[in-house]
Amino acid sequence: MSLLLSKVNVYGEAAKDILVNGGEIVEIKSPGAISKADKVLDCTNKVLLPGLVDLHTHLRQPGREDAETILSGARAATRGGYTAVHAMANTDPVADSAGVVEQVFGLGEDTQLVSVYPVGAVTVELAGKQLAELKAMADSKAQVRIFSDDGKCVEDSVIMRRALEYVKAFDGVIAQHAQEGRLTLNAQMNESALSSTLGLTGWPNVAEEAIVARDILLCELVNSRLHICHASTRGTVELLKRAKEKKINVTAEVTPHHLLLDEEYVKGYDPVFKVNPPLRHLDDVISLRNALAEGIIDVVATDHAPHPKEDKETEWAAAAFGMLGLENALSVVSTVMVHGQNFSWRDVARVMSEKPAEIGRKPEHGQKISEGARANLCLVDPEVEFIVNAGTSVSLSRNNPYQGMKFKGKPVATIFKGNLTYQEGGN
Amino acid sequence: MKHLYSINNLSKSEAISILDTAKSMAEVGGKAVKKLPTLLGRTVVNLFFEDSTRTRISFEAAAKRLSADVITFSAKGSSVSKGENLKDTAQTLEAIGADAVVIRHWASGAAETLAQSNWINAKVINAGDGTHEHPTQALLDAFTLRESLAPNQKDLSGLKIGIVGDILHSRVARSNVLLLNLLNAQCVLIAPPTLLPIGIENWNCQYSYDLDSQLAELDAVMMLRVQQERMNAAFFPSTREYSRDFGLNSTRLSQMKPQSLVLHPGPMNRGMEITAEVADSNQSVIRSQVTNGVSVRMSVLYHLLSGDAA
Repeated sequence: MSLLLSKVNVYGEAAKDILVNGGEIVEIKSPGAISKADKVLDCTNKVLLPGLVDLHTHLRQPGREDAETILSGARAATRGGYTAVHAMANTDPVADSAGVVEQVFGLGEDTQLVSVYPVGAVTVELAGKQLAELKAMADSKAQVRIFSDDGKCVEDSVIMRRALEYVKAFDGVIAQHAQEGRLTLNAQMNESALSSTLGLTGWPNVAEEAIVARDILLCELVNSRLHICHASTRGTVELLKRAKEKKINVTAEVTPHHLLLDEEYVKGYDPVFKVNPPLRHLDDVISLRNALAEGIIDVVATDHAPHPKEDKETEWAAAAFGMLGLENALSVVSTVMVHGQNFSWRDVARVMSEKPAEIGRKPEHGQKISEGARANLCLVDPEVEFIVNAGTSVSLSRNNPYQGMKFKGKPVATIFKGNLTYQEGGN
Repeated sequence: MKHLYSINNLSKSEAISILDTAKSMAEVGGKAVKKLPTLLGRTVVNLFFEDSTRTRISFEAAAKRLSADVITFSAKGSSVSKGENLKDTAQTLEAIGADAVVIRHWASGAAETLAQSNWINAKVINAGDGTHEHPTQALLDAFTLRESLAPNQKDLSGLKIGIVGDILHSRVARSNVLLLNLLNAQCVLIAPPTLLPIGIENWNCQYSYDLDSQLAELDAVMMLRVQQERMNAAFFPSTREYSRDFGLNSTRLSQMKPQSLVLHPGPMNRGMEITAEVADSNQSVIRSQVTNGVSVRMSVLYHLLSGDAA
């Protein structure tokens, strides 16, 4: 079946007609030049981007199917304009073997909605003691290239060094959740004047930066690839900047929530704002935005972390860490970066699709929009303003920190392997 | 005042009004029949997620002297396993018909969460939440200070109060800093740097690492209990070193003004932050604090509940 995207602004630039057929972009012509197609989408004033790629998604399956399943997470991803997600390893059982990653990969394939690429655990059971069988996961059907103990930090310097060395054999990357454990014992929020008045145990910036600094040095030592998950502090930005100036092979992601929200939201103790790493000071938020704009931070990754109601409807200290992200990530980036600072839609394509696909070594995603390219695409209404209603989510969970907030710009259709996987307001 | 989960719930005039009413309530405690019919038929629940015999019996005595029915709900849960779910507990109390819930909880913010939730209609009184606040303790401290040091004033202006010890983890200190400011007293927090919170420079008070340099200036000193679990967590090298620098002994007491007072929220570690001689001295008002605690909590219950239609 052929699909015509008529008068679409490719990367927010000149309008074109784009014909999709057989999972590929077959023709790109001037508006009105293509007339024949089985289905036509009028894309006037819409922006076309390559399908978004998330490097950091918690799909909860296997183990916590009450919070999210691979299918419900895939649906949420299509709503957010994603055509690929990387499923984090902290499931139950942990994705630390070829068997588990193949199971997750297979369930992802079954959805036919997005590519689900499992992230493999760095260490057995995420325990930080013994390397998981990284090569077996890399060689499996899932073709794992990103390894992470996310949720936990690989704290042992020797284990981290060995992991960085070992993945060089198959062009892997270690994605580090940078959190020094002793400095963050029982931590509940950003350490600051506010944590002092709220009486909540603080998570100081240095607990992230100390690990980032060490890992950059280890990465340089063994000449491997390091990725920093959910960078959250201005000190991390400085470390990344210096590392990139020295051409060390380190990349980093920032979450939508760390780009938008600051620690002030913790006032009132609503656990929907409880997340790890915590919401930081406004100075950190501004630094992260600038770092994304300057390319010091490479990608936006959601850290989509679904939790059932009972794990969030509690006292702050008893609540789970994490927030939803897939469905609203693009709207946050559109609002904060495109409308909020000098950030183009080409930049959005870079940080939400091209670079993530490159880091994950998934060349079938994040391709330039051109004839012959895979038809993994995301269509955006750049100007529409709307109020977030968490109740309409297709995720199984409702821990959406953006409830009631007004955003400008959102995905209106998603195309995966040439098929419409999401279209706003119907099929 | 709809709830009392923080001193920030109070205006200056409301705080003074609570202290004034507490003075009338104190007279009840001196009578042969220690009872008023004010809250007859009302139900007050003491909801304790953390043990605290002293605070619980103080609230219990206060509610009983006002003729309220008192139910104690002990729902001890560790901070790791969630134990009793706060929402379920609250809804149980709502179903029972609680008019006021006095909540003590290990989690900072639990009282505010309960008050702001739609789980319950009862008035919420914070009897200590984590390391956040303990507003009735601050009110009873202010009442004690006013009775002894400023009996002809409404507020505490002109007084300088030192708070000594584990400020970092102290809900008593946080509520006291807020209330002393509200009542125009000066306040100085005294502790080793490890036990002062981040951002203290921006708190509305002074701070010092040196108790001795402050003593001559103080009208009263509040000694905070040093919790056992801090003693092995590198906040200070040893209990002896802590005690040497921050313990209140007779020598230090003699350097204070002759009329100055010694307060302690209890329970004391005698020989650690305070010596037995000081605790039992004429300047110590530690037992008056306990007595005043009942009067102040009667006053708080009265202010929260008597305005409603029964």
